[in-house]
Amino acid sequence: MIVQQLANGVFLGAVYALFALGYTLVFGVLDILNLAHGAVFAVAAYLTWTLVAAGMPLPLAALVGILAGGVLGVILDRIAFAPLRKRNAGTLVPLISSIGFAIVVTGLMRGGYGIDERHFAESALPNAPLHLGPVTCTPLELTIFATAIVLMLALSWVMRATPLGRRIRAVAEDRTAAALLGIDLERTIAATFFLASALGGAAGILTALQYNSLTLEMGGRVELKGLAVIILGGMGSIPGAVIGGFALGIVETIAIAAGFSPWRDAIAFGVMFLVLVIRPTGIFGKRALRAA
Amino acid sequence: MNALLAFYGAHSKLIDQIGVNALLALSLAISLQAGQLALSQVALMGIAAYVSAILALQAHWALLPCMLAGVAAAVAVAALLALPVGRLRGIFLAIATIGFGEIVLVVANNLKITGGAEGLSGIPNDANTLWIYGTLAIVGCVWYLARRTRFALSVALAREDESAARGVGVDVATVRLWTLVLGGAIAGLAGALNAHSAYFITPGDYGFARMEQVLVFCVIGGVTSPIGAVLGAVVLSILPEAIRFMADYREVTNGVILLAVIIFAPQGISGFWKRAR
Amino acid sequence: MSATLEVRNATIRYGGVVALDDVSLVIPPGRVVGLIGPNGAGKTSLVNAITGVAPLASGSIALGTLALSGKATHAIARAGIARTYQNIRLFSALSVRTNVVAGAYARTTPLDDAAVRGYLAAAGIGEIALDATAASLNYGDRRRLEIARALAAEPRIVLLDEPAAGMNPVETIRLRETIRGIAARGPGVLLIEHDMSLVRAACDDVVVLNFGMTIASGTPAAVASDPAVIEAYLGTDDGARR
Repeated sequence: MIVQQLANGVFLGAVYALFALGYTLVFGVLDILNLAHGAVFAVAAYLTWTLVAAGMPLPLAALVGILAGGVLGVILDRIAFAPLRKRNAGTLVPLISSIGFAIVVTGLMRGGYGIDERHFAESALPNAPLHLGPVTCTPLELTIFATAIVLMLALSWVMRATPLGRRIRAVAEDRTAAALLGIDLERTIAATFFLASALGGAAGILTALQYNSLTLEMGGRVELKGLAVIILGGMGSIPGAVIGGFALGIVETIAIAAGFSPWRDAIAFGVMFLVLVIRPTGIFGKRALRAA
Repeated sequence: MNALLAFYGAHSKLIDQIGVNALLALSLAISLQAGQLALSQVALMGIAAYVSAILALQAHWALLPCMLAGVAAAVAVAALLALPVGRLRGIFLAIATIGFGEIVLVVANNLKITGGAEGLSGIPNDANTLWIYGTLAIVGCVWYLARRTRFALSVALAREDESAARGVGVDVATVRLWTLVLGGAIAGLAGALNAHSAYFITPGDYGFARMEQVLVFCVIGGVTSPIGAVLGAVVLSILPEAIRFMADYREVTNGVILLAVIIFAPQGISGFWKRAR
Repeated sequence: MSATLEVRNATIRYGGVVALDDVSLVIPPGRVVGLIGPNGAGKTSLVNAITGVAPLASGSIALGTLALSGKATHAIARAGIARTYQNIRLFSALSVRTNVVAGAYARTTPLDDAAVRGYLAAAGIGEIALDATAASLNYGDRRRLEIARALAAEPRIVLLDEPAAGMNPVETIRLRETIRGIAARGPGVLLIEHDMSLVRAACDDVVVLNFGMTIASGTPAAVASDPAVIEAYLGTDDGARR
């Protein structure tokens, strides 16, 4: 029983972590809070749903959705953030312009898809339960979990072992110094947004599959939850976002099992509030991205 | 005159909504004036809405005492909130106040007395247009009369340069606390009026989406100007009605306007006017 | 109204580093006290201690009979200590008038335009437009507006943090008059400065810091010929430039 709950928590947490990774990556590099991350999350999910409904195989549709999420992230940066960078607008104005971008994207989706909830056809999803020792789960859940883990490892590898990762870390450390070293800031930032938004899009697709449900509000809900995750893990910290995501997934699942289901959202936000008031750098702090 | 009455008859709900939105914009504008982004106004509004609705439904209080009780509740919670978050800066304050708002929503969704997710209905519909605009006028007058006071100066100084403000004797922490509390008071007025003009309220009315909307009002109106905040509220409350032909795409315009204002006119509409003159 | 500022055995530590080591200093009313020393000598730490920005590890600071140590920055300002900043800190988006009025924030009497003009004149910019934003002024006028803002507090003590930085020789000579004029109005002045000629011309007493310690104090002439001072200045890159 408890093992099953832990497993459910880990499945839920993997998606939280994936979403939070993109969020925290942008904060770590640019010191801005991207409140359009949830909109990208939803767009990728809806696009994948559309492609599957049109007959494309799910894995291919998901890949297209992820890439489209990344591209949307680059567009987001060009429209909502890049003009403000030139003006040195501080951290609050970009937060507001990202809300503007999210309103536009969500408004377009409302116009295009309407407000009704959407579902994948059950036949498209591998849902036959599997029994692995004490844990019961579906192939879909396992696939979601495996995908999330693979993407996290991929991000970690990109950040640690590739020239792009080194450039991103250099820009996160000190933008001026990075520019003096000959790093193309705008390209590095665009790449950061691509990576972050592709991860956010992947999280959106996996979440839509997990619950087999797409709504216009799906982005807004996970956005605030993700905020709690990255505050818990320390804003800008990659390991922090992963651990924070899993921690929140497990705690919420246990809260549901213990009969506190209606109150479970208060846990995330309560912890977030306390962390901010007591230790605003989170459990890992910002340095973790730079050291990752 | 008849045409005017007919117009009011057809649009009285919208007109009332505009007044409430203008109050909300003012409540956020106070903390923006102090250079803070506190995104707790809509949650404080919700607290006042619930308190005044519950008193009206269960204790059958009249509108004015309900409003005063609602405002008192919003002010008390704002003060309690200001104590821990008062020292947070920039986006950390924004995030903490977002978290507070979400906690308020969870509570409203789960308490018996608030009616859970269905909310409360049958609230006396006694806050008419006169009440709403009377309240807005009083808040506007107080703000206008206070604009040359020492408090108004201290708010401006705390916004412009925190250290230099301390250097001339401004107790920045206290100024911040007061702006949060005053913002809470105005949000409380908006909440009570909203509850008593809406017939029913649900937790969903006081979520982050509405907070974003209020932020858009203020930013479009120019963050340092209360008149701009009210203007932003008026224009953006009417706009979705005026462009009904765009059907489900209506909300796109608010986002486009917000982005355009931030990118092309950094001080919002009212700042734009100042430069144009 | 006037009062003497007394710093007694002030020590500040940042982690293991001793930034200020047992420094004592007296600023009587109407006197101009110079505070000099190479970069990193502890001048800024002393200003931070007086204004309540950095807490004292030991020692005490008092204005007349009023203990300042442990008080918050705004409370110290209200007690009558006004200051200017090494990197000018005006309320840039606000008007010249509001900047001066802000200086009088701690006093209960509001300033009229005539009073604002008076403080601007005392700082050497009596003719400036009151409605101009502080950001629109040229560098020297911004420095002088900061002085006017400090004077508007009718302070007991004025701390001037490198007021001559970035000024040309002609402006510096006028600044000397301004500083003597401030002291003539009553308050004691602490002048933190690199420009030795200004210190010699404007100060009654000089305190020299190096490595957080007082290495000399006395009249400008006596200090200038003190071997420890000469060594401190010649021994660093910062050097006796002037």
